[in-house]
This record gives sequence, structure tokens and C-alpha cells, in this order.
Amino acid sequence: MGGGDGGGGDKMAVCIAVIAKENYPLYIRSVPTENELKFHYTVHTSLDVVDEKISAMGKALVDQRELYLGLLYPTEDYKVYGYVTNSKVKFVMVVDSSNTALRDNEIRSMFRKLHNSYTDIMCNPFYNPGDRIHSRAFDNTVNSMMMQVC
Amino acid sequence: MGSGVVHHGLRLSFLLLFSMLFEPFEKDVKLVWDFVSVIFGCGLVCCVFWFFLKLILSSLTQLKHIDLCKKKIGSAELAFEHAAWMSKQFQAFGDLFDEAIKLGLTAIQTQNPGFYYQQAAYYAQERKQLASMLCNHDSSVVYPNPDPLETQTGVLDFYGQRPWRQGILSFDLSDPEKEKLGILALQLKEKNVLHSELIIALLSNAVAQFKKYKCPRMKSHLMVQMGEEYYYAKDYTKALKLLDYVMCEYRSEGWWTLLTSILTTALKCSYLMAQLKDYITYSLELLGRASTLKEDQKSRIEKNLIKVLMNESPDPEPDCDATAVKASQKLWADRVSLAGSNVFTIEVQDFIPFVQCKAKFLAPSFHVDVPVQFDVYLRADCPHPIRFSKLCISFNNQDYNQYCVVEEAYQKSDILEQSSQGTMCLVPGKTRKFTFKFVAKTEDVGKKIEITSVDLILGSESGRCVILNWRGGGGDAASSQEALQAARSFRRRPKLPDNEVHWDSLTIQASTMIISRVPNISVQLRHEPPALTNEMYCLIVTVQSHEETVAKDVKLTAGLKPGQDANLTQKTQVTLRGTDACDESFPALLPDIPVGDLQPGEKLEKPIYIRCGTVGARMFLVYVSYLINTVVEGKEILCKCHRDETVTIETVFPFDVAVKFVSTKLEHLDRVFADIPFLLMTDILSASPWPLTIVTSQLQLSPSMTPVDQLESYVENVVLQTGESASECFCLRCPPVTNATGVATGCYIISWKRSSPVESVPVVSTVITLPHVIVESIPLHVNADLPSFGRVRESLPVRYHLQNKTNLVQDVEVSVEPSDAFMFSGLKQIRLRILPGTQQEMLYNFYPLMAGYQQLPSLHVNLLRFPNFTNQLLRRFIPTHIFVKLGVPKQAKRAGL
Repeated sequence: MGGGDGGGGDKMAVCIAVIAKENYPLYIRSVPTENELKFHYTVHTSLDVVDEKISAMGKALVDQRELYLGLLYPTEDYKVYGYVTNSKVKFVMVVDSSNTALRDNEIRSMFRKLHNSYTDIMCNPFYNPGDRIHSRAFDNTVNSMMMQVC
Repeated sequence: MGSGVVHHGLRLSFLLLFSMLFEPFEKDVKLVWDFVSVIFGCGLVCCVFWFFLKLILSSLTQLKHIDLCKKKIGSAELAFEHAAWMSKQFQAFGDLFDEAIKLGLTAIQTQNPGFYYQQAAYYAQERKQLASMLCNHDSSVVYPNPDPLETQTGVLDFYGQRPWRQGILSFDLSDPEKEKLGILALQLKEKNVLHSELIIALLSNAVAQFKKYKCPRMKSHLMVQMGEEYYYAKDYTKALKLLDYVMCEYRSEGWWTLLTSILTTALKCSYLMAQLKDYITYSLELLGRASTLKEDQKSRIEKNLIKVLMNESPDPEPDCDATAVKASQKLWADRVSLAGSNVFTIEVQDFIPFVQCKAKFLAPSFHVDVPVQFDVYLRADCPHPIRFSKLCISFNNQDYNQYCVVEEAYQKSDILEQSSQGTMCLVPGKTRKFTFKFVAKTEDVGKKIEITSVDLILGSESGRCVILNWRGGGGDAASSQEALQAARSFRRRPKLPDNEVHWDSLTIQASTMIISRVPNISVQLRHEPPALTNEMYCLIVTVQSHEETVAKDVKLTAGLKPGQDANLTQKTQVTLRGTDACDESFPALLPDIPVGDLQPGEKLEKPIYIRCGTVGARMFLVYVSYLINTVVEGKEILCKCHRDETVTIETVFPFDVAVKFVSTKLEHLDRVFADIPFLLMTDILSASPWPLTIVTSQLQLSPSMTPVDQLESYVENVVLQTGESASECFCLRCPPVTNATGVATGCYIISWKRSSPVESVPVVSTVITLPHVIVESIPLHVNADLPSFGRVRESLPVRYHLQNKTNLVQDVEVSVEPSDAFMFSGLKQIRLRILPGTQQEMLYNFYPLMAGYQQLPSLHVNLLRFPNFTNQLLRRFIPTHIFVKLGVPKQAKRAGL
């Protein structure tokens, strides 16, 4: 199983993904030690819950609604968290379930950091919204949140 | 309530039991297995119990005992047993959960039995993996005899218990030999378990659950796993069926990595079954732009595809079971030797092949005398150049198909030269353009020409032939999203050489309109607006041909433009003969008036007469159509051309007619008196901007009116300019009537025309109905006979006639009031009696004293029977003033002047 406890530090994600409004991936990155495909599937299946949560929120409270969707679902090995921007772009973060040090508040702040970085990309006049993300700055932000492999 | 307390007690007992059980468990690893089984039994009982209390959360926490045991694997040689136990555990929990739902428990999307079945499946997979690792004994290893797994009773106390240890309660495991044999027996037994079946069963349970709880993506994922498991179990047909089913979900959501992974498995299945069409389809997509395969992989697949197209066997896919590969190679060899059914049509709109296609008409419409042109762009995304043998395009009108074919061998098309299209090879990353043109058929004018499909043929008739079929003008499953992204993009594309284009900037234009040839004639309209109501308004249409050849069968359609107010149709008439008086039966539109042929440069004039019965604006249409022969691309075609002109014509009243009744003293009358003459005055005020000629006028009296003198027109042949008016006056009398409401006067008919040097302009008669008039009877009518003027100091005789209009004898008091300007002689005051129907005359001699306009001595009449008869009324009939001239001097008289 994964080396959650052997990793460099706490608060670390094993996979971070940005999903477009139309539900195709804009960016997906996982720890290189593990099967990348598995994380793709995990992120993709978590969209079921995201969709359900978004539709449950309804349209009434678009302005003051909470962007953070919380824990999407726990699997045996991972916890999957979701976040959706006002433009329906989703952020999905997969965290090792053994990483109990990670609190909800910390996850929230990680998502906020990710959202800020994403906003920076959108502000780039050369970025065409809907294109896959290729940005060094965004890579760095994601790297800082990912579990470092020694 | 009481039972609740009992349950609570029971729960506490269970918790105690657990803590006691775990004590030895922590100490001795070897014995773990037996304990776990015991714990499991207790835990499960607990869960059942919890579920029946509908305490789902308690139940879920109870399941945490699994976590406790998760890492306690026990004997390494029998690790698969642990996985099997975990799997069973989750499965049992899933079943329980499901059972509880049937009894009324509600599950949610993130908490449903599916997750437990899924987990069970994972452990089953792990078990399979461990078993394949631990149980790969050589075939020479035989099952130990006597069977160490045999027990006296034939049953075990709990799952996983070592049969040879049953009944031994000691912790001491003294017989290592027995232990070894036992393990071997278990391993050999495990080898025969059909793991895949177990896994698939669990996965399909999970699929059913996730379907129920709205998790389509989870369901797809599980189906992929089922498909993969079928692949491992060598049931390729079932594997393909499942993978094919979910592939489109991943494709439509754009998860290319996942799609590529599924396609790779699918390609292996189709290879192992030697399913040609599937093999080709998956290869096409794995070479395409959606595939995330590495370049070397793509290269390998493309080489295989080329082999298949050449009717050879492809190389086996990597990581395939060796025996299965052997079997499939035989199948491929059979396929090669088998003749026929080697043409495969693959419809591409549902997937993402490595050849992209965009067809584009050069214009949204083409004139029929211009060749229709379009381009087909092709682009290959594969690593190596690929040849094709044929490109053909189909249209909604299949007659054009023959002109739009590119073939390797030779060119059938009579329009295109082979050299312009180049070789039949697609170079990766380069956009190839094929230009086609053809002459549209004249019967397609006004119709849409649509590309219904584009077919690209790979391979050859001699080997295998794959027809890639794009519906419409190209595009596949991913191109609409790409087009959207390209449209949004502000990115500047680098400049390319003139003959190259950016693929993204190309848009599909799969249809064009065929429109009629541009007419080369002019149509001019000459007229003098506005039109006057009911006149025959003349619109002169001038048609001039500027064609090089003769315009045949020229037809003119003229009249009210259709689609306007329906009432206008009835109130508008059109005719070609202006001298006719139009009536309502004439049409509002004259269609297709044949006017013969027009030679080049010839001019034709045609007057059209329009009669508008109501005022207001109308739109008129003049439409000229003709036939002409032209040559397009060496082909002679007969084109139908037309030009139309519309004109809005305002219709106005030609004049206003005012009618009034006045007394003989020209004073306005609001009613007339029976038998007493009055005047009818008419006033025609021209409102037309053009001069009007009043031909004549006529008064048609109703029977109740009688003319006093002859009714002849005074306005005959009068020409009225704008704003001028013509008046006439008729003296009428109305006999007494019984009804008091009003008497019809009759009507006034004005015959007029627009003043024009042309004689033939027809005369229009406008009938004006005259107003009704109220007729009143009076008891006495007085009229006076007197000269039109007087002279100073010359006698002025005045005779008053008093007529009794009643059937009664009237007592009348007559008096004359003196005036300063006159002396008079006659009866100053008298009382007399007038018999019915007779009249009495009164004679006076007035002697004017002063010159000028003087007031006459006024006559006062008093009717004793009719006190209402006032002098006011009398004043209407008799003059009150007269003009007195200076008298002739006496000397002049004497001189005889």
C-alpha cells in the first residue's frame, strides 16, 4: 500500500485535478509512485457526487453558496474532496486516508490556494478557457500540495 | 422502550467480548487467523443486530472491526485466505445492507451497498493475485495423501479454521510437517477456484447498486473492471461488449487517458478473436488525436493496421497470454485465406479516428451559371504517412456524386485534372486540400445542395478495404468541442505558406444554395404618384434587355404584391387596357403576361392600369421572367432569370365635396320649410397634386325633392389646380312631409379625370350622397315683391304676399313699424282673415328719404292661432334692408338725361 506515513510531510495530496464545466479534465496530476490510471478513475467517479451536490444546491443561492463541497466519498485507501467554482469548474483532491492529520480547514485553504492559482491562469490573455492547463506557476502550486516522493 | 434497554445491554456485552478477544490476538501472530474468524462471526452478528435496529451509523462503525483485522494477514503462504476473508466480509456486509434497504432503510449516493460490493471485488482481485503468486506450483506437485483437510465431521467450526487443528485448543503447534502438508493442500485447492467469476459477480452486484444510486461514472468504471476481468477470464466477446458499451461515456466526457486504456484492452480482445472490423476501428482511434499512447506504440499499431489492410496478419498485441496468442494467430491465418467480405464501412461520427475531414463549400450560395466549388480537407494524426485509394463525396442529389471522386488509378471526372489533386497520400500533421467543382442542374435552382457523406477508402480492393464514412461534411465525436474552443480562442496563428491552412481555423460548410442566374435586364417603372381614388392609374413598365443573346419567353407579372391586407385585394384592380372601366371582378394581380422575346438591347414598354378603390398605401410588384441559354464550363444550360421591382403607391381622395342648404337669402339653414324654395350649394375642393378636369356634374334628386328651375351643371369642363374649388348652387323645393326625421335629398355625381394631354384617359364618376334634411311646415308664408334697389325720393312699391298654409281660417294682425329712412303709405295696422289655401296681398308705397343701405319699415305679423309664429321667423322670408341710391336731380330729369 501507499507510503502515506513515510512521505515528506503532512497536508499532502496524492492527486489533484481540475475539471472543466463540461466534465472533461483540464489538469490532472498524481504522485508518480502510484498507478496514474487509478487516480484518473477515482477523480472521474467522484464527479458523480459533485454533480449530485451541485444540483442539490440549486440555483437560488448561487451568490452566497459555499464553493467547498467537502468530502465527496471515502474509499478504503483514499479520501476525495471537492470544490466547485462559480463557473462550474471543479477541483478534486485525493488524500491518503491514513493521513489523519489533515483537517477540513486545511483542505479548504488548499483549495482556496488552488483556486487563486487557477484564477491567475484565467487572467492570462493567452490562455483560452477550456484548453488543457499548461502552466509552470500552476504546476508549482500543485507541487507544493502534493506528497513529495523522496 | 424496554427492548431498547435490552439492546443497549447487548451492545455493551458485544463490546466487552471484542476487547477480550483482541487481547491474545495482539500477542501471537500464528494464531491470528482462527481468531479473526471468530471475531468476524461476532462482528457480523453485531451488524445484523444493528441493522435491525436501523442504526446504520452504529452498524458502519461496527464494520470498523475490519480495519482492526485488515493488517493481520496471518500465515504468509496462505495470504489469499485473508483476502478471501476480507472479500467475504465486505460482501456479507453489502448483502446485509441491501437486505436492510429492502426492509425500509434509506441509503444515499455516498453510502450504499455498492461500495461494499466494490470493496469485496477489490479483495477478490487481491486474492486472485496472491493465489496466482502463491499457488503457481509445478504440475508435478500432487495433492497430499491422506487429505489433511479431511475432518471427522466433514464440517468446520468457522471459516478459515485449519481442519487439522480442529479440536486442538492448545496454542502449541508442534507438528510442522502436518502444518506444511495442510498449507500445500489449501494452496492446491485455491488454484482451482474460479476467481474471475467471483470478481465479476461482485462487480455486477456493485454495478446494480450504483445504477440505483445515481452514480453513472462509478457504474462505468466498474463495468470497465468487469470487462477487464472477462478479458483475463478469456471471455473476449463479453469483455468487448462491456468495454464497447462504456467507451462512449468516456469519449463524450473527454477523458482521453481512460479511453485510451479501455481501447488498448479492447484492441487486445479484438486481436485475440481476430475480429477484423473491431480491430480496425480500435486501431483507428488509438492512432487518433484523442489517444494518449506514446509515439512508439502508435507506430506499432499503425504498422499492424497497414498489415491488416494488405490482407496480412498483424503482430500480436503486447502482454497477451501466450496460448491465446497462438490460438488467435491461427484465426488470423484463416482470415487471410478467406476470400470475400473484405470491405468494411466504418462510420466515424461516433468515435475519433486518426483521419480528420472537413468539407467546405466556397460560398453559401452559387448562381446556377457559375460552377459550384468546394474543398475537402483531410488530415492524418498517425505517426507514419498513409495512402488511400479513393475519396468520394455524396450529395443529396446523387447526380453530382460522379463529379466528386478522386481515385488513384485514373480520373473519371470530366472537370478535374488529375495533376491538380496530387498523390493519394496523407502526411501526418499536414492538411491536404482537394478541390472539386461541378455545374449545378437548372432544376436545383432554389434548392439546397448538401454533402450527405464523405467516404475515404483506405487499402485496396485486392487486399482489404476500409471505407471511412463521415456523415455530412466531416467531423467526428470530438470535433464539435474543438470547433468551439477554436472559435473562442484569441490566439494568433503563425503565418503559413499560401497553399497551407490551419486546421483549427477551418469550418465545415456542408451545404450551399443554388440560386438563379443574375438577370441582365432592367425594369423601370414610370408613374405619377399619388394615385387618385378610383381613377385608372397608369404605371408604365419599361423592360430593357442587356443580355448578349435573345431573352426568350419574357413574361410579366404585375399587380398588388401578395401578402398584404386581404381587403386591399378586393379594392384594387389591375388591367392592361386603360380605356376599360374596371369593376370589382378584375383581378388585383395579373400573372405571367406573355410579352414575347427580347432581342439584345431591345426595349419594351407596357402600360398597366391600376384602380384603387380606397385610400392608403399599397405595394405593387412588377416581376419579369425570361429564359436564356448560357454556357458554363463548356456546358450549355437554359437558365430562368427574373427581376422584380416593387413600388409603394399612395392613393388619395381627388377632391373634397362640401354641401350646404341655404335660404334664398343665402342664410344657412339647419332645416327647410315645406314648399318654400331653398338653395343647395355644392363646393368641390381639389385635393389632388395634379390638375383635375371636372367633365360635368349632375344632381340626381330623390322623389321627395323638386327642382325650382333647370338643374344644369355650372362646372362643366372646369380645370381645378391643387387647392382650388368649384361651387354650384341649385334651387329646390320640398313638398310638405309627414315624418319629422329628415328627407333624402338625392345624390351628386361628379364626372372627372386627371387633366392630361392624352385624350384617352377615362372619365371617373364619383357619386356623393347628399345629406338628409329636416322639413318643417309653417302656418303662414310671407314673401315680398320689391325692386332690387330704391332711389331717394322716388316711390318704392312693395307688395307682401301672405299665404295661409294651413287648413284653418287665420286671423292675422299686421302692422308696419316706421323707419327713419322711409316715409310710407299703406295700411299701418290691420286685422284680417285669410281663408285656407289662399293668400292676401298687402301693398305699400315706401318713399326713401336717405341714400345708402337702409332698414326698411318692418312688417310685423301676429297670428292669433299660432303664438309661436314670431317675427324672427318672418325675417327669414322677407328682406329687412334695401339699398337706396341717390335720386336723379331734377335738372337732369328735365334735360331728359
